[in-house]
Amino acid sequence: MLTDALVEVLAKNALITAFVFVGLLVWLSYALSRTLTRGHLHGSAVAIALGLLLAYIGGAVTGGTQGLADVGVLAGLGVMGGAMFRDFAIVATAFGANLDELRKAGAAGAASIVIGVVLSFAVGALVAVASGYTDAVSISTIGAGAATYIVGPVTGTALGADSGVIALSVAAGLTKSVLVMVGTPLVASRIGLDNPHAAMIYGGLMGTTSGVAGGLAATDPKLVPYGAMTATFYTGVGCLLAPSVLFLAVRALS
Amino acid sequence: MVIYGVALLSFCMLAGVFAGDLLGELIGVQANVGGVGIAMLLLIALSNFSHHRLKLSPMTETGVTFWSAMYIPIVVAMAAKQNVIAAVSSGWMAIVAGAAAVAASFLMIPVLARFGGGDRDAD
Repeated sequence: MLTDALVEVLAKNALITAFVFVGLLVWLSYALSRTLTRGHLHGSAVAIALGLLLAYIGGAVTGGTQGLADVGVLAGLGVMGGAMFRDFAIVATAFGANLDELRKAGAAGAASIVIGVVLSFAVGALVAVASGYTDAVSISTIGAGAATYIVGPVTGTALGADSGVIALSVAAGLTKSVLVMVGTPLVASRIGLDNPHAAMIYGGLMGTTSGVAGGLAATDPKLVPYGAMTATFYTGVGCLLAPSVLFLAVRALS
Repeated sequence: MVIYGVALLSFCMLAGVFAGDLLGELIGVQANVGGVGIAMLLLIALSNFSHHRLKLSPMTETGVTFWSAMYIPIVVAMAAKQNVIAAVSSGWMAIVAGAAAVAASFLMIPVLARFGGGDRDAD
């Protein structure tokens, strides 16, 4: 009876429950970072990796699509980690960003968005061709999915792709965002990701807002506004280029 | 007052997202084009402007900096609600496509960072 009452309180106050849960998770992650990795792997990187692992377990247990947020009392994670609060917090990080740094890297950042979309699309399309797809619509949809998991379905829908292919494109985009979150702190020093200029180019090349948000949080939170700034233009540019110019290029080549 | 900061931040986000939607409509794509980026530029512009003319009180700034500090916990919650199982269990093709795109993009960063970044050591 006592547990029933507790579960009811937790479920009724879902967002507050999520605050407590994330607080505990972050605390545990920083403790693990200190003891297991002696601070080499940043606490927030551990927290994001643990979050992804828990999302996998949540999805396996419930069969839902929202990771851990599908587990009854943790539904508040869906609100706290949803696009509304994510974007709100990203905008807040811009407070105190250096206007001169933004202006200096502006042109390179803008160029990196277009290069990033074309590069990811081309790589995704090549993988699709290598695994036996021959029609331009499917190849373009999977290529678009390698850009982000929003560009994939938008392109697939516009071109009239098969729903199985659209699902694959979403999976390619999801894989990308998960890998960017986990991989960024690991490769950051090797690729020179330690200044606002590189962060803007990184945001433009990667493009996945959630991946960039997580990846920079785990690398250096001071770089977040610069990477997020360019990343938020990526999906729009992708939705513009993939079903039009890039699709026509694929059709001309196939 | 704290609420002034929260309201300023919220106003910037709504205005930016609205502008991003209009921009998407204008160029004919079914997506928001840079809404959050426009909101960030707006916040930077407004906060720089008010430093000179209006001057935000420290309390008002707290309304913005609190949300900036909540960024990492929110990203942790975001990680915990990802559809990881769909990414992992959809077959190797989608995983290879996503992974290859990430690898290629990571490799491009040092190449692109060299362009226009020459003056980086100057300051």
